[in-house]
Amino acid sequence: MNEKKLTGKGLPKEVSIILILLGICLLFEILGWIVKGDTFLFNFGRIKLMILQMSVIGIIAIGVTQIIITGGIDLSSGSVVAFVAVVAASFAQSANATRPYFANLEGTFPVFVPVIIGIGLGGLCGFINGFLIAKTHIPPFIATLGMMVSARGFAQLYTEGKPVSMLNDSYLMLGSGIMPVLIYLLMALIAHILLTQTKYGKYVYAIGGNQHAAVVSGINVTKYKIMIYTYAGLLSGLAGVVLCARVNSGQASMGVMFELDAIASAVIGGTSLDIGGIGTIGGTIIGSLVLGVVKSGFIFLGVNAYIQEIIKGAIIIGAVVLDVMRNKGKSK
Amino acid sequence: MEYILEMTDIRKEFPGVLALDDIQFKVRPGTVHALMGENGAGKSTLMKIIMGIYKADKGTVLVKGEKAHIFNTKTAFAHGISMIHQELSPVPHMTVSENIWLGREFKKGFFVDHSMMREKTVELLEHLELDINPDQKMVNLSVAQTQMVEIAKAISYDSELIIMDEPTSAITEKEVNHLFKIINELRSKNIAIIYITHKMDEVFEISDEVSVFRDGKYIGTEAADNMTKDKLVSWMVGRELSQVFHKEQAEIGDVILEVRNLSSGDRFRNVSFQLKAGEILGIAGLMGAGRSEVVETIFGVREKTSGEVFVKGEKVNIRAPHDAIRHKIALLTEDRKLSGLFLPLTVKENMEIVSIDRYIRGGFISHAQIVSDCEDQVNKLAIKTPSLYQITDNLSGGNQQKVLISKWLLNAPDILILDEPTRGIDVGAKAEIHKLMTKLVQAGKAVIMISSEMPEVLGMSDRVLVMHEGDLVGELNREEADQEKILMLASGEKLN
Repeated sequence: MNEKKLTGKGLPKEVSIILILLGICLLFEILGWIVKGDTFLFNFGRIKLMILQMSVIGIIAIGVTQIIITGGIDLSSGSVVAFVAVVAASFAQSANATRPYFANLEGTFPVFVPVIIGIGLGGLCGFINGFLIAKTHIPPFIATLGMMVSARGFAQLYTEGKPVSMLNDSYLMLGSGIMPVLIYLLMALIAHILLTQTKYGKYVYAIGGNQHAAVVSGINVTKYKIMIYTYAGLLSGLAGVVLCARVNSGQASMGVMFELDAIASAVIGGTSLDIGGIGTIGGTIIGSLVLGVVKSGFIFLGVNAYIQEIIKGAIIIGAVVLDVMRNKGKSK
Repeated sequence: MEYILEMTDIRKEFPGVLALDDIQFKVRPGTVHALMGENGAGKSTLMKIIMGIYKADKGTVLVKGEKAHIFNTKTAFAHGISMIHQELSPVPHMTVSENIWLGREFKKGFFVDHSMMREKTVELLEHLELDINPDQKMVNLSVAQTQMVEIAKAISYDSELIIMDEPTSAITEKEVNHLFKIINELRSKNIAIIYITHKMDEVFEISDEVSVFRDGKYIGTEAADNMTKDKLVSWMVGRELSQVFHKEQAEIGDVILEVRNLSSGDRFRNVSFQLKAGEILGIAGLMGAGRSEVVETIFGVREKTSGEVFVKGEKVNIRAPHDAIRHKIALLTEDRKLSGLFLPLTVKENMEIVSIDRYIRGGFISHAQIVSDCEDQVNKLAIKTPSLYQITDNLSGGNQQKVLISKWLLNAPDILILDEPTRGIDVGAKAEIHKLMTKLVQAGKAVIMISSEMPEVLGMSDRVLVMHEGDLVGELNREEADQEKILMLASGEKLN
C-alpha cells in the first residue's frame, strides 16, 4: 500500500476577500485624488477613526458569525447593545451626575460592577434566545426578532427615553484611545482559537454542517446551541459596555441596525447564510473592514448619507449572491 | 439511424477530480442499454451531461445522428430524452395527474383544464397498463407506484430515450417484475432505455447491451448475450473477484449486548435479542419492517416506550446518542447524506467529530495526532481523496461511506451497528467493507448489520433476525438460513 501524505490545504477563502478589500481601498484612493485631490488611505486620523468605529460592531459580529455557522441568525444584537448600554451606564455614573440612577450611593461603583452586569445581561438575553431556539425549536429568526423588539423596549422602559450620562472616569477608560480596538482584537483571537482549536469549535461547524448527523455523532445539540447563543449574547453585552464608555452615555436608541452590519460583516467575510458549517473569524474581521472602508470612503468623498445606505444594501446583497453562487451545485 | 444517442470523447473535470476522461457512449434505438461501474466511475456525471444539468468540457453529443446542444432539462425533453432519478421527487400533495403535467398544464383560456388533464392521464396510465388512480395524491403512493408515475410522465414527453438510475434500489421483487414488464413494453415501442444498476442479475435479465465505466474511463461495450458475470466484474473492478463474500468465522465470545422487550410507539414491539462478541448479526426484513427503528432506539436517536438494554451484562439507560457512544456503540445510519455526513466539511472534520475528546490536550485539540490517525484510516480503508482537507461533498458515494465508517472506527467501538452499509456502493468497495467487518469481529467486536440484500445477509451473518411489520418474527442460524426461509418470515408467513 502506498502511504499518501494528505496534508495539502490549498489557499484559504480569506485571500479572495482580502483582494476585494484591497481593490476597494485602491478605488477610494484613486477617486480621492480625482474628486478631492487628497489621499484616502494615508491619513492616520481617518484610518484610526474607522477602526475604532468598526470595533463595536466587530465584537458583535464575532458572535453572529458563530450563530450563522450553525445555520441560525441573530437579529437581537443591536437592541441588546442598547439595553446593556443603558443599564451598564446607570451603574457607571460619576458621583456628581445630574440625574443619578443610584442617588443614595456614596461615590461610584467599582468599574467591574457595570462591566459584569452589562456583559451578564447580554449573556442572559443570548441564553433566552438559545433556550427558545434549542428547546422549543422555534426558528432563530423568530426568537431573535422577538428579543430584538423586547430588549429595545426594556431599554426604553429603563431610561424612560432619556440618556444615561456623565459616566465616571475609570469606566470611560474602557472606551478611550485604542482600548475598544484592543478588546475587539482580544475577543476575535479568543473566538478564533475556540473555533479552530477546541471541541466547542468542532461542534459549532458540525451542527451547522448537518444537525441530524451531529446528533447521531453524539453531540448534545441542545446544550451547544444554548451555549452558542449565550456566547453571542455575552459579546453583544461587551459591545454595549464598550459603546457607552466610548460615547460617555447610554441611550435606548443606540445600536439600531447594528445586527444587520454584524450579519453583513460575517457574510461579506465568507460565512454562508445559504448552507451552514462555513465561515471563519478571520473572514468576518475582513468583512467588517470592508464595511468600515466603504463607510469611511463615502464620508471622505462626501457622498450623501442616504445614498450610502442604498449602496451598503447593494453590497450585502452582492455578498450573498456571491455566496449562493459559490455553493451552487453543492449539497442539494 | 444506427444510434439514437452518440457521445464521443466526453470530458468533464471537477476541481481535483477528472470525472469523465474522454468517454464514448452509444445507445441504439429500441434497446435496453445497461450502464455499470463502481461508484465514482462517472455514470451519474455522464447522465447529468445528457440531461443538460452539467456541461461537458469537451466532446460531442449526437441525438438521432444530429449534433445536439442540450443545456438544460427542458432542451433534453425537447430532444426526446428524459430521466427517472434514483431519488424520486414528486410534489407530494398534488395528484398523480397534476404531477404528470406539472409545468405544462392543459388550459382552457386562463384556467387549468382539469378534466382534460385527467382524461390524458387515464389514457397514459391505460397505455402502460398501470393500475393507479389519477386523482390520488402522490404522498399516498408507494415508491414503486411513484416510479411508475415518473415513467408515465417520461412517456408523456414523447421520449425516445429514457434514463433509469437504479430504478430497483427501493422496490420489492414483485414490483421489479412489473417494472421489467413495462420496460419490455417500452422497448417494443422502439423506446431506448439507459439502465443504470449495481445488480448484475438485472443486467442479464433485461438488457440488450452493457457498457462499463471505471474511474471516469470508458472500459467497453458488449452485447448482453456475449457477456459473462466474471467478465463484467473484471471490467468493473479491473480484477477478477475470487470470492464475493469475505466471510471468515471469528471466535464467538460473551454476550455483549442484550435487548429485552424493546418497543417504540407503533413502529416496533417487544423486540428481544442478544449479540455476542465476534458475531455478525444480520437483520433482514422488507422496507418498513422497523429494522432501522430498532437500532435507532438502541442508539438513542429514537425514544423507547418500553424495554431494557444491557451492555456487557449491565443495564444501561441510553437517552441520546452520546450515551450510546459512551458505551462504545457505533451507528452507521442508513442515509449517509441525511444523517451521516457533514457535507460542507472536510474529510478530516467528518472523521474526527465522534472521537474528538480523545485528542484534547489541556483543552486544546492536538491536530497532529488527528491528522496522523485520519491518514491511517484513509490508507487502511483505501479512501480515494486528494487530501484530508477535501470537502466530503466532492467524494463519490463509496468513499463517503468509508469516511463515515472511519469516523466510528476512530472511536474504537465494541458494538458496530451498520444500517445498509453497502447500499448504492460498487462491487469493489462492497467487498472491502465486508472484509473490514470480518476483521472487526475477529478483533472481538460485535456487528449488527441491517441489509436489504439477501446475498449479503446470507453471506455475512452468523445469525439472522427477521422482522415483519414491527415484530421480530424469526431467528435463523447461519446453517439453517436460506433465501426462502427469510422471505417467508419477512412476508409474515410461518415456517413449516
